[in-house]
Amino acid sequence: MLHIHCPHCGEHREEDEFHYKGQAHIARPLDPESCTDEQWGEYLYFRDNPRGLHREVWFHSAGCRKFFNVVRDTQTYEIHESYLIGTQPAGRGTPDGDSTEVQAS
Amino acid sequence: MTQINRLATGGRVNRDRPLSFKWRGKTLTGYEGDTLASALLANGVSVVARSFKYSRPRGIVAAGAEEPNAIMQLGATEATQIPNVRATQQALYDGLVAAPTSGWPSLRFDLMGLVGQVAGKAMPPGFYYKTFMFPQSFWMTYEKFIRRAAGFGRAPRERDPDQYDKVNQHCDVLIVGGGPAGLMAALVAAKSGARVIIADEQEEFGGQLLSSHEFIDGRSASEWVASVVEELVLCEDVQLLSRSTVNGYHDHNFLTIHERLTDHLGSNHGSVRQRLHRVRAKWVVLATGAHERPLVFGNNDLPGCMLCSAVSTYINRYGVIPGQRLVVMTSNDSGYQAAIDWQQAGREVVAVVDTREGAQGDLVNAARARGITIFQGSGVIDVKGKSRVQAVEVAKIDVESHSARQGTQQLVCDTVATSGGWSPVVHLSSHTGRRPVWNPDVLGFVPAPTTEPMLVAGAAKGAKDTSEALQQGREVALSVAADLGLVTAAVSLPSTTSVETSVPMAIFHIPHTKPTSRAPKQFVDFQNDVTAAGIELSCREGFESIEHVKRYTALGFGTDQGKLGNINGLAIAAAAQKKSIPEVGTTMFRPNYTPISFGAMAGRDCGTLFDPERYTAMQPWHVENGAMFEDVGQWKRPWYFPKSGETMAQAVNRECVATRESVGILDASTLGKIDIQGPDAREFLGRVYTNAWAKLAPGRCRYGLMCGEDGMVFDDGVTSCLAENHFVMTTTTGGAARVLEWLEFYHQTEWPELELYMTSVTDQWATMTLSGPNSRDLLAKVTDIDLSPAHFKYMDWHQATVAGVPARVFRISFTGELSFEINVQANYGLHVWQALFDVGADFNLTPYGTETMHVLRAEKGFIIAGQDTDGSITPYDLGMAWAVSSNKPFSFIGKRGMARADCVRDDRKQWVGLKTKDPTVVLPEGAQGVFDPSASIPMPMVGHVTSSYWSENLGRSIAQGYVKGGLSRMGESVFYPLADGAMIEAEICSPVFIDPEGDRQNV
Amino acid sequence: MQRYSALGLLTQGLRHHENWQRVWRNPTPKKHYDVIVVGGGGHGLATAYYLAKLHGVTNVAVVEKGYLGGGNTGRNTTIVRSNYLWDEAAHLYEHAMKLWEGLSQDLNYNVMFSQRGVLNLGHTLQDMRDIQRRVNANRLNGIDSEALDTQQVQELVPIMDCSPNTRYPILGASWQPRAGVARHDAVAWGYARAADALGVDLLQQTEVTDLIVEQGTVKGVSTARYGDLYAERVGCVVAGNSGVLAKMAGFNLPLESHPLQALVSEPIKPILDTVVMSNHVHGYVSQSDKGDLVIGAGIDSYNGYGQRGSFPTIEHTLQAIVELFPIFSRVRMNRQWGGIVDTCPDACPIISKTPVQNLFFNCGWGTGGFKATTGSGHVFAASLAKGEMHPLAEPFSMFRFHTGALVDEHGAAGVAH
Repeated sequence: MLHIHCPHCGEHREEDEFHYKGQAHIARPLDPESCTDEQWGEYLYFRDNPRGLHREVWFHSAGCRKFFNVVRDTQTYEIHESYLIGTQPAGRGTPDGDSTEVQAS
Repeated sequence: MTQINRLATGGRVNRDRPLSFKWRGKTLTGYEGDTLASALLANGVSVVARSFKYSRPRGIVAAGAEEPNAIMQLGATEATQIPNVRATQQALYDGLVAAPTSGWPSLRFDLMGLVGQVAGKAMPPGFYYKTFMFPQSFWMTYEKFIRRAAGFGRAPRERDPDQYDKVNQHCDVLIVGGGPAGLMAALVAAKSGARVIIADEQEEFGGQLLSSHEFIDGRSASEWVASVVEELVLCEDVQLLSRSTVNGYHDHNFLTIHERLTDHLGSNHGSVRQRLHRVRAKWVVLATGAHERPLVFGNNDLPGCMLCSAVSTYINRYGVIPGQRLVVMTSNDSGYQAAIDWQQAGREVVAVVDTREGAQGDLVNAARARGITIFQGSGVIDVKGKSRVQAVEVAKIDVESHSARQGTQQLVCDTVATSGGWSPVVHLSSHTGRRPVWNPDVLGFVPAPTTEPMLVAGAAKGAKDTSEALQQGREVALSVAADLGLVTAAVSLPSTTSVETSVPMAIFHIPHTKPTSRAPKQFVDFQNDVTAAGIELSCREGFESIEHVKRYTALGFGTDQGKLGNINGLAIAAAAQKKSIPEVGTTMFRPNYTPISFGAMAGRDCGTLFDPERYTAMQPWHVENGAMFEDVGQWKRPWYFPKSGETMAQAVNRECVATRESVGILDASTLGKIDIQGPDAREFLGRVYTNAWAKLAPGRCRYGLMCGEDGMVFDDGVTSCLAENHFVMTTTTGGAARVLEWLEFYHQTEWPELELYMTSVTDQWATMTLSGPNSRDLLAKVTDIDLSPAHFKYMDWHQATVAGVPARVFRISFTGELSFEINVQANYGLHVWQALFDVGADFNLTPYGTETMHVLRAEKGFIIAGQDTDGSITPYDLGMAWAVSSNKPFSFIGKRGMARADCVRDDRKQWVGLKTKDPTVVLPEGAQGVFDPSASIPMPMVGHVTSSYWSENLGRSIAQGYVKGGLSRMGESVFYPLADGAMIEAEICSPVFIDPEGDRQNV
Repeated sequence: MQRYSALGLLTQGLRHHENWQRVWRNPTPKKHYDVIVVGGGGHGLATAYYLAKLHGVTNVAVVEKGYLGGGNTGRNTTIVRSNYLWDEAAHLYEHAMKLWEGLSQDLNYNVMFSQRGVLNLGHTLQDMRDIQRRVNANRLNGIDSEALDTQQVQELVPIMDCSPNTRYPILGASWQPRAGVARHDAVAWGYARAADALGVDLLQQTEVTDLIVEQGTVKGVSTARYGDLYAERVGCVVAGNSGVLAKMAGFNLPLESHPLQALVSEPIKPILDTVVMSNHVHGYVSQSDKGDLVIGAGIDSYNGYGQRGSFPTIEHTLQAIVELFPIFSRVRMNRQWGGIVDTCPDACPIISKTPVQNLFFNCGWGTGGFKATTGSGHVFAASLAKGEMHPLAEPFSMFRFHTGALVDEHGAAGVAH
């Protein structure tokens, strides 16, 4: 069971209190109508799914009901940091070669 | 039978407290402090099981968690049966009833044993993959016979009378193991002010020290243990858990402890049987000790073959000597202790067979000084006997060439104790995903370095004696205390008598004069009858990876999880491939360290606590009035209200007619309600619903559809404008939580610039819907507001007083009838409901449940999200284009998705009405339709029936469902081939069966 | 290939089992293959076998980073069934089922396919509607499937609590008599042995470190152990690692890899003769021939490659099992473990061409992988042999996630596992 730091509550809490919401920094296209089916499909379904560091969204559903981001290693399950939506991770959160895709969301 | 093997003195048993117990129907006696195993050995019981594959007689080998053979069925009553209890871990209690779990018809006379002897030759590892294939249809028949041999114990046939608890704990340091290293670590951590939990699987703390002759700080080891425990008990914030196994080591230092509270007392104590501690520890100290490895040699499974340490433990801790004449075989000094203990207990040591040449350690010399015969550079290559060791064959062995010299010597004995060294207990550390690493000095795997805050001390780390274990225990505690910022306590290291040891030999498998394939069976994993020859064969066949060896031979798959056999098996596989042990690597250990009852894992979360049951405020009335209930999400909703003698169909028909003819009432409290406020609330609604919200005025209500980004409908409901910046949204009963989370997700992560606030208010309101032509007249009797059509229009809502309490009244309808939905504070719900019935008699006010609600809405052609949709349906598929506003400035959620190529096909399955040709026939929900009733299987299906009812109001059946291109096929036929062979023909029609113009609700 | 039979066992027994042949070679790889299959699990090995057996393509290598059958093949709860809802999925899984039915004889390796039937329980009225819908669809697709009421369920599984007193009483079930369980390791080994005998090179301990792509066409794979290996076509069948391999080729997949946990009890005497699955309460159980209760849990929520999941998932599963089977409360759990399942948004697989020419992927099986092993290998082999997708594989193109033509098995009626 993961021990997750909620940056809003400022505390580590048990995984039971949270819901996982998948990969972070996937911004909704600002003009969906201009997207091709392919682009819309990519936004909807296609994910990085890395073995290693993963930036992901968690929801403190049984706590403060706030969403936040986490950098977690999908291999060791170590959590490196939690950070607010709309911000970037401070440390090791950016997988190699992926920095340009980061969007504020 | 008397306790023929009980020593007159010694051990930690209480000879003043004899306990009687039953074994195979016979009454035997043991003492308080015994385990079931020690008591059986005291009574001279040597055969306790028959082996799984060859049905060979088996005896007790070990004294702890590593025991592979003594697997018992326990329990005096049917309900309290426990399968597969390890006798070495079960404290004896008065009245204990134990039975073997193998052997047919009995342990002594075992028919399967004959089969094993005869067919054993043809049963190498994996033999079942190579046969039972012909004829094709026969595997199920073979399987029936094979299954007869399956399993050890049996499940009880009755419900478990016991209770199980869980407790969540946090601590600074969880110390696993109460031997010298663990106790020392606990003492130092506790004295430094840390919050400590120390857990040990045994009945009492002390570990190996309880069966040791050592002195610590000038006292006997067990006295030292007692004094430390006493000191720890007095420390604040120290929890001592004995009979408590740390079973699993999970992520982020989350561990589970399985505490047995009454298993040592017997069954039916009426209190909690077992407790599962769920512990989040800042630090973990593994002081889990080591398991002695047996050596692998011919017929090493005969009862009487034991571990050296087990022999010492039975003698020193339990005052039981498990035989008359002992031969020891060892590859290291510690094996000599068993010989010394045996001789001190007054029975004969025939010889110590040392695989090494010229060992000179203190224990070796002590044995020699006692006149014990020592064979050097030798091994026991075979054991003679039928159901108990009768003699052994000893030969000179050469480890380099893995051979035994001809010219063996036979020694008469009844017990063979062996020691092949010590395997650190690395199970817990590998639970977290780290493979243990080979340590050549220890001749064993030790825990790998980990990113978890975890330290290892004592024999688990390879400490060679008590002194080193104590020192490591202190060291890890000091480092934990320092990390926690505590003032580390000055606890001095106790003095111990140091023992000089000679170098142990790396030997696992004793060579025989014949090649392994022809030698007598040499067992590696007793529980699964895995032999050295079997492992070598698997390597020859190409199963070379240790995982393949394990899976092919079943090595380590027993309930002991290979605690005794894994390293030996690994060494044999490595030798067969001419590789080193670390090259071959090790398999992973998984939780649990030792088995744990399902009950303890489930805790109290069964029955009504399996999932919370949610009730509305009107629940007592529903129960009183005989409602039948339906599970919807976590809610218990009234399904229908049968009057006495009524069938469900009769009740539903009556409810349906009463509502359309006069007035019915539905408890709608379970619908999700979300209060939305803020200057941007309206804009937000426009983005999350498919339809328009810009112009919804205060006092008005509107139905809305919600889609995912994929354009598929996932929820619906009515949202009302309470004030310019204040709305209340309703959702489906089952979807309430999901919808709120989804709304919050979009608000917080996509559109944080919108200022709005959302709160679930489902539980704060009680909701009841009056529906039917008389609903207005009825409501008028209990409210102060003007209900006239001119003042209170369809899709209006008004603040009102109903039955004397403040209410929001919504004129919305899910039946097509004139309807008023009354919302009051939940606490007033029952009062208002009752008040309506107080005046309702004149109108034949009829309560109805979800079934009637379903029928009435189907008559009117309304969908139920989740029944008429399944996550693959767009609003257009539902024929609800009217609910999609394509000219909203913001591209609402779902808009782009429903425009994808596949979502705009003309031949999509579309939701339509279905009228059976025979109006008395009700289509079954879930029936699949075809256009061509004469097509052969597989028949091309065109869509299924989602909703179907008998409509008493219409005097015929009605249905809705999907039909490929159905919206443009009005009037055509669809055929439904049923399982019973019937073929129902139905005509495609509008899904609205009653009052399509809406005259009934616009009154 | 040395033929296996009862007589062979006796004969070999008299010779102390010293003359058994190797089940597969440890070959030295060639530099060039017609087809390289990346991934030596059940699906990959089946693909190689059918390539060689049915399509005459024997110049094939299976490249496996660990040992054969070491991934999900050896970590699942071994359930085999074909009662899927949608036509596309049902046809694919039924195709697999038919191959299961003669597999032991085809491979001359007993995979112990035990057609003891699978029950999918319904606990709510909507569950029952979904069951009817699925059972009817199955029937018209030629798949054996029946809807049972509570009484019939109770007769099939007398030890289950079918009373109205449970939190979510059992209202009925769907029942597929031909469904059942098989011996997972044997499936991988049987395919491996048979493929090897037809000339397929099985390269174990050979990790693919990169895919060699030139001008949009795949040319082979780079391996840590043997350097570059070239091939006309490359098929990736690497389950949880598919995302990692796709990245090497420069594209993403609509996949997430999640932990999926399972556990076994200690062996107990035979007590459960069918497979019981409940989606609503999240518990799946059968009893192995050794006597263990084999129990599957729900998927853990987060992405994870750690082959372990969260403890509460296991707790919840055992709550469900004790709720369904109160008499199992005193039975003891022996071992738990986890696999890595690659899940698609619609709970159906991807068997597909990719943006890279001659590179094919077969992945995203989620909880359906083991039962599909035979059919998956069969249609993937046909696709790799011809360079065009097999008709049964066509609906499972990765590009369906662009058009929206999903096969949504986990909508209302989908059943996990």
